[in-house]
Amino acid sequence: MSSWEQKHPGINLGTIDPEAHEEAEELVFGFWVYLMSDMIIFAMLFATYAVELRGIAGGPGPKDLYDIKSVSIETGLLLMSSFTFGMASLAMKYNPRPKFVVYWLIITLCLGLTFLGFESHDFLSVFDKGVGPSRSGFISAYFALVSTHGIHVTLGCLWICVMLAQIMVFGLDKDVKLRLLRLGLFWHFLDVVWVGIFSIVYLQGLAG
Amino acid sequence: MSSIRHEEDFRRERRNYFVGLVLAILLTLAAFGSVAWTDWPRMTILWIILGCAIVQIVVHFHYFLHINLAKSKREDLQLILFSFMIVTVMAGGTIWILYNLDMRMMG
Repeated sequence: MSSWEQKHPGINLGTIDPEAHEEAEELVFGFWVYLMSDMIIFAMLFATYAVELRGIAGGPGPKDLYDIKSVSIETGLLLMSSFTFGMASLAMKYNPRPKFVVYWLIITLCLGLTFLGFESHDFLSVFDKGVGPSRSGFISAYFALVSTHGIHVTLGCLWICVMLAQIMVFGLDKDVKLRLLRLGLFWHFLDVVWVGIFSIVYLQGLAG
Repeated sequence: MSSIRHEEDFRRERRNYFVGLVLAILLTLAAFGSVAWTDWPRMTILWIILGCAIVQIVVHFHYFLHINLAKSKREDLQLILFSFMIVTVMAGGTIWILYNLDMRMMG
């Protein structure tokens, strides 16, 4: 059992960096407020999707549009990236030199970008079938939900690039650590949303 | 500052990430496998997907986001639980009302 007090959900810096640990409580709490409001946005997009499931208006349905191979690759990529970000967080916490944090972050970034590549491929293959979001309520809801997640991942990748630049310039100082803590929560949160997307959108649509 | 304790903390936290990863992979495989490799009835598969998704979300919250019912600070936990309540009311309510309406008017 560790001796320090857990101040917030997420990885805690604890006695490794007591000053940052003290300051993290408030900042991370604020970030959780944002994450939870984001969760409500996603929940409503999920609800919209569920309501529009039958609104295919004579157009293509889930089985015509989704490709389980592509989705399983995306799922693997995002899951691994969540893990590699965890390793980056641990390197940040326990290793005073930024080298390993940078390595893990670059791996996470590559996984995130590959994920986005596959996702764009998914979207393009829908367009290739001659349908866009305006075809039916179902396809609108699909694009609204999945692309909102995709935009989040894009911004997450951008945020990783910004943090890499900050590590280069400032090193692993207190502020950089606190920002990485929050980026980690954001990244893990996006993976949780993806669990909902592959279950409710893709697997539910392809089952049976 | 005892570096031995840090070493222990590090091992413990790293092990947690590995456990989380393995559990998440198993649950993902179960969900994808039931869709890709079985010809069970649709309802059976849907229940498997739902069960796996809920457990996997709990796994992610526990092992990756480190939300812990016992150790978390009160306010954080209250925030998260309150948000889940809002989600249940709004998303659950939307689906409930609209499916009910659909059944009564379109069916």
